[in-house]
Amino acid sequence: MISADIQTVLPEIIIAVYAMGALLAAVYTGKDEIAPLLTWLTGGLFVLIAGWIGYNGDGVNVAFDGAYVDDGFGRFAKVVILLSAAAVLVMSQEYMSRRGLLRFEYPILVALAVVGMMVMVSAGDLMSLYMGLELQSLALYVVASLRRDSIKSTEAGLKYFVLGALSSGLLLYGASLTYGFAGTTLFSGIVEAVEGGASIGLLFGLVFLISGFAFKVSAAPFHMWTPDVYEGSPTPVTAFFATAPKVAAMALFARVVFDAFGEVTDQWQQIVAFLSVLSMFVGAIAAIGQTNIKRLMAYSSIAHMGFALMGLAAGSALGVQAMLIYMAIYVTMNIGTFAFILGMEKDGVPVTTIASLKMYSKREPLRALAMLVLLFSLAGVPPMVGFFGKFYVLRAAYDAGLAWLAVAGVVASVIGAFYYLRIVYFMYFGEETEALDGKMSPVLWVSLMASAAVMVVGVVNLFGIEPLAAAAAATLVN
Amino acid sequence: MENLLSITTFIPLLAAAILAVFLRGDNEQARANAKWVAMLATLATFLVSLFILFGFDPADTGFQFVEERTWLAGLTYKMGVDGISILFVMLTTFLMPLVIWSAWDVKVRVKEYMIAFLILETLMLGVFMALDLVLFYLFFEAGLIPMFLIIGIWGGKDRIYAAFKFFLYTFLGSVLMLVAMVGMFADAGTTDIPTLMTHEFAFADMTVLGIHVVGGMQTILWIAFFASFAVKMPMWPVHTWLPDAHVQAPTAGSVVLAAILLKMGGYGFLRFSLPMFPVGSAVMGDFVLWLSAIAIVYTSLVALVQEDMKKLIAYSSVAHMGYVTMGIFAVNQQGIDGAIFQMLSHGFISGALFLCVGVIYDRMHTREIDAYGGLVNRMPAYALIFMFFTMANVGLPGTSGFVGEFLVLIGIFQVNTWIAAIAASGVILSAGYALWLYRRVVMGELIKESLKSITDMTRREKMIFAPLVVMTLLLGVAPSLVTDLIGPSVGALIDHVHASTPAEFLSAAADAVTH
Repeated sequence: MISADIQTVLPEIIIAVYAMGALLAAVYTGKDEIAPLLTWLTGGLFVLIAGWIGYNGDGVNVAFDGAYVDDGFGRFAKVVILLSAAAVLVMSQEYMSRRGLLRFEYPILVALAVVGMMVMVSAGDLMSLYMGLELQSLALYVVASLRRDSIKSTEAGLKYFVLGALSSGLLLYGASLTYGFAGTTLFSGIVEAVEGGASIGLLFGLVFLISGFAFKVSAAPFHMWTPDVYEGSPTPVTAFFATAPKVAAMALFARVVFDAFGEVTDQWQQIVAFLSVLSMFVGAIAAIGQTNIKRLMAYSSIAHMGFALMGLAAGSALGVQAMLIYMAIYVTMNIGTFAFILGMEKDGVPVTTIASLKMYSKREPLRALAMLVLLFSLAGVPPMVGFFGKFYVLRAAYDAGLAWLAVAGVVASVIGAFYYLRIVYFMYFGEETEALDGKMSPVLWVSLMASAAVMVVGVVNLFGIEPLAAAAAATLVN
Repeated sequence: MENLLSITTFIPLLAAAILAVFLRGDNEQARANAKWVAMLATLATFLVSLFILFGFDPADTGFQFVEERTWLAGLTYKMGVDGISILFVMLTTFLMPLVIWSAWDVKVRVKEYMIAFLILETLMLGVFMALDLVLFYLFFEAGLIPMFLIIGIWGGKDRIYAAFKFFLYTFLGSVLMLVAMVGMFADAGTTDIPTLMTHEFAFADMTVLGIHVVGGMQTILWIAFFASFAVKMPMWPVHTWLPDAHVQAPTAGSVVLAAILLKMGGYGFLRFSLPMFPVGSAVMGDFVLWLSAIAIVYTSLVALVQEDMKKLIAYSSVAHMGYVTMGIFAVNQQGIDGAIFQMLSHGFISGALFLCVGVIYDRMHTREIDAYGGLVNRMPAYALIFMFFTMANVGLPGTSGFVGEFLVLIGIFQVNTWIAAIAASGVILSAGYALWLYRRVVMGELIKESLKSITDMTRREKMIFAPLVVMTLLLGVAPSLVTDLIGPSVGALIDHVHASTPAEFLSAAADAVTH
């Protein structure tokens, strides 16, 4: 029995053991000197595990009496998490090495965070949910303040930690209420308890749980930490924050509301719809005044989370499918955009002001063009792939009778289009300056171009992601 | 040749990709190569599109040259043309080589300029050929990107304001249409345009946010589509982006905008609003007619007081588009024939007028009317051509401008005589502003010192105008060339609209006739 359980969680165990082994090895050898090697190794391991999970995973496997569920939905999320984490790791290696930021702990902490995320998306019990979440969060708090000699980075880490602890508290409170009224922490048990209507205590529990998740996905009105943490953290860390943890938190969100509260969709649907509409508007409006591209990306991610939540709010298999596709597209766009941001520097010093991009297209036409494609994709303008992400969630929301949410979403997307266009304006219409150097490491260049190419070529068939997401959603919603 | 439409559509895109990938450097040779590649590609597109025209059977009112492939999310990649769309396709392929030729003197970022126009041509052709809702939306909306860049990079002094206004205005209109499309997809279970045309959307009265909506779902969907097409058209009072965009855009951009992009709105009304929401059209028809009547008079008056030539022509475009919407929502053979005719003729005439402005702008770098006067003394050829298109714009019999306006007025007269009377006054007003413009710019003594050395049109400039003159005259004296082609399809459309409009909504239109 236990061997079957171990078999099911083997991917997580491998990464966890690898992280501990790597820690020992690094301590006893060259410490930071082997950090670049470790970074690439970790990235390679992620890709291998992603391939293994993606190709070998089959059916629904339950381990530890239901505390851990390995199903199509979890596998889809895990593959996205692992691949995006690998991409961000290898993108950050050169940037961090040159600035003396690349400590050997970095890849190890990222690996541990990824283990936490994998546990999160496979959680079948409030206990394993919390375990995964905390493992992820604790690793991320440390990574946020990686640049110890920078006040902003330290501030980012501390802020993230304090607010994160608060949200964990909310979540725990919700979990304890849920446990108290359902009599079990197992999702399968909670589903039975809410059959035929949830008691008021369970609803309270649900609301607190959702507040905790909303914090993790940085949905308004729990988004306050995002801009500061994005700005303060070293850019590669910001890139990481914007991708894998978002997918994990969103998948966990879906997991809990469907696996544990799937019987009372109408109870949480309105809350999620509210979070969604608020996030879309806060993200769209607050980003307009930003001058720092990292802060702008923070608000952009808030708006995007609003759209992903729109899929969730639909409360249907179509909605979950839309959400998964949206997240996969979002992550791809963000990897490319952050590859571009990582390449923005002057005399070796990173530059993050938007105004420094003035007339960038004159000196680096190809990179500016790639960024242009990504920006229009982020804005959701066809024919870029970003449009299809929006199309899926709009369709799901409309089918679920949330036409007002769909209308609100498209209006917010028009407001949001303004600040993406503003970057285009700086790159293409402005006056010339010498604010940026032309250098860019090959890894970043490849990431940027690949991401932009995906946004254009994906219009043909979205690289076949649609049936995969549909199958994944079907295992969650039934 | 079952892929004829796709081939036509994607030749320019292929050329753009070739330019983007293979053309290096920014010397004289590279610029010339970029221009020649663009020229050959647009000419090739035109030649290939002739096969569509000659292979087209006007008697068949269905879609022809249809191609269909499955796409993602239950959508299809489906292309086809019918009597309504084929001439817009031809208009696009015919004008694009002239547009490229007119941009021969551009010096800044020539390669990118050509790429932008080539991509734009693919997207415009896609709009007129797409037979899937979302595919249509994709082409329709994507056209904003190259046009945004064309205005923003190669435009005039206030180009940034104009580019943003253009993009956000039209984007807001279109996203509402997107939601409506999602709703239609949910309701009909398909995005196939021919199927949706026969699908009957619910029209039971309903209450939304406390407002009683006559015609129910159809009216709401109709309004969402109207939001997009009215902005694109542009109709009064959502036309304000157009003068800004026109004034700031480079000459070639203005020509494309006026001659082709504006037609997308009218085409949208004919392809979606009328056949898919006949009840919505019946409920809202009078509203559109009055808006059009106001547009014709109001924008003509506004055009009278303009001091910028491009702005004047832009307002005149809005007025002429008023005839188009009026003809479409008259829903009879003369009205819709006239509307399509007017759109085609406006494509040639307004394109030519913007080129006329471009000719003197290239020499004097100002579009102020006051900066000119007496040009006839040094530019006789220019004066002749400008006069020809001014007269065509006024609607002189013998030019294509007359046929379109006349047909529309006949059509509208059968529906509402009051509106017909108001609209007819626009003919007089258009003579007012167009002839006054001509008098101030071309006639009189050449007294301005700066104009003393101005040169007449070059051979290239004359050659660009030649095809436009031919088309304007040809359609003016032989309008049956067009009406024979579009007539059967238009007739089928009108029959369909009348057949699928329930009696209680028809009576409203019948009442209007007796007014």
